[in-house]
Amino acid sequence: MPETMTLIGGRSSRQGTSLCASKLEAEYIEGTSTVGMNAAEMSPVGLQDGDPVRLRSASGEVDVRCKGRTTKDLSPGLLFIAYGPLSSRLMASDTAGSGMPISKHIEVTVEPVSG
Amino acid sequence: MLHIANGRVYDPANGIDGEVRDIYVANGKIVSDVPPEARRIDAKGLVIMPGGVDIHCHIAGPKVNLARKLQPEDHRHDVHPRTAFTRSGVGGTVPSTFTTGYRYALLGYTTAMEAAVPPIGARHTLEEFHDTPVIDKGFYILMGNNVLLYKLLEKGRREEFRDALAWWLAATKAYTAKLVNPGGDEAWKGRRNANITKLDEKIESFELTPRQVIGAMIEAVDELGLPHPAHIHCNNLGHSGNYASTLETMRIAEGHRAHIAHIQFHSYGEVPGKSSHNPTSRAKEIAEYVNTHPNISADVGQVMFGKSTIMTADAPLAYMLSRYAGSKWVNADTEHESGCGILPFAYQDTVYTHALQWAIGLELFLLSKDPWRMVFSTDHPNGGSFMSYPRLIRLLMDREFRKEEMRKINQRALRQTALADGLDREYTLQEIAIVTRAGPARLLGLANKGHLGPGADADITIYDEDEDKERMFGAPRHVIKDGQVIIEDHEFRAEHQGRMLHVSPDYDPKIVEVIRPFFEDYYSIRFNNYAVDDSYLGPHEVIPTLKQRAAASGPGGG
Amino acid sequence: MSNNIRIINDATCTFCGCVCDDMNLTVDLDAHKITKAENACVLGRAWFKEHGGNENRPFALIEGREASTEEAIEASAQILAKARFPLIYGLSDTTCEAQRQAVAIADMIGGNIDTTTSVCHGPSGMAFEGVGESTATLGEIRNRADLLVFWGGNPAESHPRLFTRYTVTAKGMYVPNGRKDRTVVLVDVRRSPSAAVADIFVQVKPQRDFEVLWALRALVKGRRVDPGIEQVTGVSLATLEDLAQRMKNCRFGALLFGMGLTMTRGRHFNSGALLALATDLNEYTHFVAKPVRGHGNVTGADNVVSWQTGFPFGVNLGRGYPRFNPGEFTSVDLLGRGEADAALIIAADPAANFPQSAIEHLRRIPVIVLDPKTTHTSKLARVAITTATYGINVPGTVYRMDDVAISLRPALPSPYPSDEEVLTRIKERVRELLGGNRVPAMSAA
Repeated sequence: MPETMTLIGGRSSRQGTSLCASKLEAEYIEGTSTVGMNAAEMSPVGLQDGDPVRLRSASGEVDVRCKGRTTKDLSPGLLFIAYGPLSSRLMASDTAGSGMPISKHIEVTVEPVSG
Repeated sequence: MLHIANGRVYDPANGIDGEVRDIYVANGKIVSDVPPEARRIDAKGLVIMPGGVDIHCHIAGPKVNLARKLQPEDHRHDVHPRTAFTRSGVGGTVPSTFTTGYRYALLGYTTAMEAAVPPIGARHTLEEFHDTPVIDKGFYILMGNNVLLYKLLEKGRREEFRDALAWWLAATKAYTAKLVNPGGDEAWKGRRNANITKLDEKIESFELTPRQVIGAMIEAVDELGLPHPAHIHCNNLGHSGNYASTLETMRIAEGHRAHIAHIQFHSYGEVPGKSSHNPTSRAKEIAEYVNTHPNISADVGQVMFGKSTIMTADAPLAYMLSRYAGSKWVNADTEHESGCGILPFAYQDTVYTHALQWAIGLELFLLSKDPWRMVFSTDHPNGGSFMSYPRLIRLLMDREFRKEEMRKINQRALRQTALADGLDREYTLQEIAIVTRAGPARLLGLANKGHLGPGADADITIYDEDEDKERMFGAPRHVIKDGQVIIEDHEFRAEHQGRMLHVSPDYDPKIVEVIRPFFEDYYSIRFNNYAVDDSYLGPHEVIPTLKQRAAASGPGGG
Repeated sequence: MSNNIRIINDATCTFCGCVCDDMNLTVDLDAHKITKAENACVLGRAWFKEHGGNENRPFALIEGREASTEEAIEASAQILAKARFPLIYGLSDTTCEAQRQAVAIADMIGGNIDTTTSVCHGPSGMAFEGVGESTATLGEIRNRADLLVFWGGNPAESHPRLFTRYTVTAKGMYVPNGRKDRTVVLVDVRRSPSAAVADIFVQVKPQRDFEVLWALRALVKGRRVDPGIEQVTGVSLATLEDLAQRMKNCRFGALLFGMGLTMTRGRHFNSGALLALATDLNEYTHFVAKPVRGHGNVTGADNVVSWQTGFPFGVNLGRGYPRFNPGEFTSVDLLGRGEADAALIIAADPAANFPQSAIEHLRRIPVIVLDPKTTHTSKLARVAITTATYGINVPGTVYRMDDVAISLRPALPSPYPSDEEVLTRIKERVRELLGGNRVPAMSAA
């Protein structure tokens, strides 16, 4: 696993449909707590789809489940997570005078979580 | 009820020129008398005029809001604090909505017409009007580049052209049809930012010329008997030599009424220069034509030195200016209807072209023989903010002040104009009352505005007499709207929501079956969602067409 | 399904900024549900399906206790009247009529008004102020655009009908063959599902959009760009040259962009670079740009706040008049620095979307929430008022991403009041408590 990876937060179809029902219900929670990773980067550390991983940024850390993606869809070094309360926890609050916190391309470390 | 006593009244529509007379108000109208318990306002030594009527300004709607958002720097310098009962806002050349209403009122204006709204933007404009207090208002819809109308016209379907126009006016709650650079949009959007320059040039993608479009629109509006004729921003605005196409455009109207918007910008001659043609003044020829053709009216579109904002449906013009100025620039095309261009601007007295424009505007005012048909405007905010109206009034009334100002400007420009030959005329108070109130009201067909006869809306401005006309017109003592004292001793006393003024012309309902398929094929909004619901009107007044007026006062009396 | 059915044609979906107004709804009045939404995309279908139904939620909660709307309005007014630095935030999922009341309250109490724009296309709004914008209504793009460049967004998942109703596949007056008459380019840091519709996919290294945009500006203007650009951005000079040529040679081009530009390094500089590129291209052809707006009426919020205050978001009214300063008066900052001492949140969920320090501050101050649903923010609020859903229950005006104003056609009645009604009543009560607008005393120091 490389030292740090770049986390891309974004919308997904499922995140959009499930938030209509409720952000507090299972489908939305599951949708926004899954991080896509390049499959080739998962196997060397023994990670399989659905395994728990800890993402840590300079501002916070969250535990999510990983899901493998092909290189075509997600290049090595990149992670993708659907927007939600978990991805927000990794954001720094400094907006550099713009009002906008950085919510895309956050530098994170990734560790498998045991248990 | 009010009894305004002993003021000096200027009511040109009723032939009253500075007589000391009493004015009586009841139920929002001017009346002939009131009972003794009416509130008495002592107007001794004060000047009384009907409330001002602005026939051409840009104060609400999609392009105005873009211009507002574009210039936070313009707002910062000119804040408008709230009071216990009035809303806060910002000024500059594109004030926020509450500030717009309050400041027009503070200048003694009680009616203003937003001069250019794309029909798809009517709902937005009405929403902004709701937040524009005090003044009565209406708007003109941009129809001179309307694609469906073009399609009907090129097939010679004149009846349907007229009915579709009527449908659009009624559906959007508009006041009249506005044309801006007719034929230009198709070239701008469809041929890589080209433009059209000749009235007999073919319009991109259509078997039509601007001449045909202008003629058809003028006639259709006339047939509909709208209170105000087709309102036209001629082709070639701002270009050297454009006076020729302005004269041609006015000639197209032969036999019908037409109103030429901000005619100053269309009054330029040309002399060959090093890289392009330099503009000169042709105000004499333009003024002469308007003077001798009673079917034509115009608003001057005076340029005032200082900051302005260019906001116009003439998209190619705005783009060109923004490249010269090196400024930020907004362009917003609206499907099948129009476009717009916006940029911050400033007129400087040392710059030849700007000084020339300023001088030409004054020429037009001073050479005009009929103040009822050459009325007051700065095309706010294109030529200057409406806040500069008092200064313009002073320029017209005070020859010495005018001369002082003339000494400051680019002298080469000045020498191009009749001002340099000693145009010494000074406008009288009565003439000011005509160009800022009675004239615009008459041109708009607003029978109850711009005068103080019984039956008129009680929109009254009361000024302190002052040698300095800028100071006088800059701060009326009292302003009354619909019989309510809104401003007293220069302070706001009451909130007031003005009325929406609009027309509702009749049309053959079968036209809907011509319009609907066009929407289904080409618009991105559903036909059923396009027309503006009456619930957006708020307090409003339908101004009848000629036919509707005739029907109302039919054979059985009226 | 019961027999008590109502069909509503030409209703408007307000889930995303596409604000599609061609929804044909089948409403089961007995079951109190929308059972079909013809023309809706997958997001729209979820939107219509999940709103309506029997609402068994309490009208309001005050400190977790069930309360009436009336009591909650009183409690809210008390909080706002006492606050010294109140923040009013959200507003992207409600009507313009409600938004106008929210600004009125802010003006009355001398508060701070901000909308979700500040964490969405606020940077594009800031860029607009610096550069301007060449743009068009969606119908113009549909009818004329032969080149479409999607940048930093994934419309396939966030705005499905942007592709189908308004751009890629839609047929138009001068694009009669739809897709076949167009070239579609997608620029993004990853090959999202949207790439499937693109003729050309350009993958940019994360945080390097600005450099790509600036290089394109240079190429459009005929300047030389060093081939080292590939090392920096991940995009080859040849790809950039090709893209620049396509942009210059098209008949009518459109750049549609999303959060990929605003939410990353550069923020308003990225948006500004894109807007400047679109402007530059107008020297060669007709080119427009369009920020793709997320929520149904965030564009309405921009418009309302702009026309009432002069500025689009992040407006402070504490001195008696509007002041605008992103970073100073925007919500993430006001909360993150612990400056706001009360918050009124309408139709937004900052406790789910904001950085931690802002959320922690929301826990410390009295918060009033207006929302149809339970959200992360309503759970931490002192006063949570249940309101009806705009477009489903409540009529009003909304603005599509291209500033076109549309009237809603609600499908179902609701027992809950609308945001507009609640805000109006809060405003009136605050007016009673304060005796009018709060006017700061001004005196020389």
